[in-house]
Amino acid sequence: MADQGDVITVRGLVKRYGPVEAVRGIDLDVHRGEIFGFLGPNGAGKSTTISILCTLVEKTAGSATVAGWDVARHPQEVRSRIGLVFQDPSLDNQLTARQNLYFHALAYGVPRRQRSERIRAALAMVGLEDRADVQVITYSGGMKRRLEIARGVLHHPEVLFLDEPTIGLDPQTRATVWDHLREIRAQTGTTIFMTTHYMEEAEWCDRIAVIDHGRIVALGTPDELKDQMGGDVVVVTTSDNDRAAEQITSRMGAAVTSDDGTLRVEVANGPEFVPQLVRELDVEVKTVTVRRPSLDDVFLKLTGRAIRDEEVDSAGALHRAMAQRWQGGRR
Amino acid sequence: MSNATASSPVVEQGASPAALSSASIRVRVPFWQSVFIIWYRDILRFTRDRARLIGSLAQPILFLVVFGVGLSSAFGAGSGVLPPHTTYLEFMFPGVIGMTVLMTSIFSAMQIVWDREFGFLREILVAPIDRSAVAVGKALSGASQAMIGGIIMLIFAPIVGVRLSVLGVFEMLALLLLLAVSLSAFGIAIASRMRSMQGFQVVMNFLMMPMLFLSGALFPLKGLPTWMAVLTRFDPVTYAIAPVRVSLFSNSGYPAPFINAAQVTIGSYTLPLLLDVGIVAVIGVTVLGLAIAQLRKRD
Ligand SMILES: Nc1ncnc2c1ncn2[C@@H]1O[C@H](COP(=O)(O)OP(=O)(O)O)[C@@H](O)[C@H]1O
Ligand SMILES: [Mg+2]
Repeated sequence: MADQGDVITVRGLVKRYGPVEAVRGIDLDVHRGEIFGFLGPNGAGKSTTISILCTLVEKTAGSATVAGWDVARHPQEVRSRIGLVFQDPSLDNQLTARQNLYFHALAYGVPRRQRSERIRAALAMVGLEDRADVQVITYSGGMKRRLEIARGVLHHPEVLFLDEPTIGLDPQTRATVWDHLREIRAQTGTTIFMTTHYMEEAEWCDRIAVIDHGRIVALGTPDELKDQMGGDVVVVTTSDNDRAAEQITSRMGAAVTSDDGTLRVEVANGPEFVPQLVRELDVEVKTVTVRRPSLDDVFLKLTGRAIRDEEVDSAGALHRAMAQRWQGGRR
Repeated sequence: MSNATASSPVVEQGASPAALSSASIRVRVPFWQSVFIIWYRDILRFTRDRARLIGSLAQPILFLVVFGVGLSSAFGAGSGVLPPHTTYLEFMFPGVIGMTVLMTSIFSAMQIVWDREFGFLREILVAPIDRSAVAVGKALSGASQAMIGGIIMLIFAPIVGVRLSVLGVFEMLALLLLLAVSLSAFGIAIASRMRSMQGFQVVMNFLMMPMLFLSGALFPLKGLPTWMAVLTRFDPVTYAIAPVRVSLFSNSGYPAPFINAAQVTIGSYTLPLLLDVGIVAVIGVTVLGLAIAQLRKRD
């Protein structure tokens, strides 16, 4: 059963939307004070799981506790102990940053004497003091995200949930967001539970769960997951990838996956494999790279598919741009 | 809802580090503070949005001019419905104030649909405030906005020629507040299940138009064809408009037949005003309960 140090426990969690089974029996424990990553492609069930843990969505079966309280039976207790940064913005654009934080402080019962100091500190943490009194509608996407993070920790939650907190942000802003998360964890010991489909972000988590089609397919530290792979990954491009793939399989007995104009081969010993490869293939080998397995490789091996950042990103950016125009025009 | 004192955490946290910080001690936000937060934020938005206020007054003013002037001759002295030396315009005036309150209340609930569309509703729903406080706060904010509209409409009284008395105005405002809270709650009950602006607007127009036109806000309830008289008695707004009108007129010396024309009758029985108010209050509490239930639902 749950450990004393576990701040989230999930057992056999299932969520069905009519015929769609978004979450299909998830078990996990999140330790107090860790940064826990929930990694999976679009539609894997990350947002659904996080929404159940945050008491916004009712589970179909299973159980979940957050900060010691059952999410179905004691939603108010859970709510008062968590902070949440949603996948889509949830700020009041008509209000100023300070007003947004003030609303939050009142709603979470931050004592009157501490309110203004906490709001000031939160704004300072994310570097928005100068813009605190202008309407949020004038903020960039990155500023909004930073404000939401400041708001998420304003009431000193035990767990901070973040659903794709860096989606659609430029690399520099993403790095800033991560700086904030690490600072929060270091200063307050707040547990951070975040979802992402960015592999490199998953690397920065203490532990990750890989989720696909509503199931957890792997759970551990990033190093543990990569070590499970064993061996090396060899990435090859040739003049005729189809033929090369066929020959690698038939002549060398290695598993090949084709991805975006390259062939990826998992082997026990990369440096020994490369000379063999060049000898055995009839087609011209153009490039060869040998590397340690990445989480990408782990994901590919577990699910047979790669997580595609580009598609998700452009779709997300488009959606966001449209939402903003709609907002700008009508509000 | 859940109650901290009646239950204990599944996992004891005595030994955990967080128990040493203030993090695990949670103050429950008092009900009325929660109500205030919800109300305050809506009002903050409202004060930034003058266009909405002006927009909500445009239609009642139009009705006042078009109907009031246009139908004055039909209903005026000599038609037998209203007594001599009174005009249809005067009679209609409290109804138009009621109409302002009705439209502003109901459409204030649109904010919930906006909030859902732009995400802020999740900030509200994940906060540890009871959903009943959310519903009450929203109902009061909608009612406040409606009352501001209603009060602004009062400035037309001298133009229309309605005599006002201080007591009459205060009585009327109290009755309007009851109407405004009830209608706001009604709007919230509908809006909290709506997923799109268009859906809300279509449903609301569909419900609001009959509610308005059958309420006697725009014409006397006397002398109607039977089928229409029956329909008006089934419209809850009817029971809100009658006391509003009576309270405004009875304190400033209008003749009894003029006041009687405003009252709801069933057959030859004239409903006492307290009964009217009671009907509105019961319906109001019911829809508020409905709104709370809707907000408590999780996906
Ligand atoms: N409200 C809903 N109604 C119906 N299906 C839903 C709903 N929310 C999510 N789903 C479905 O559940 C699956 C998981 O979605 P989600 O949890 O949003 O995934 P992720 O966050 O990993 O991208 C998807 O197939 C999605 O279409
Ligand atoms: Mg998602």
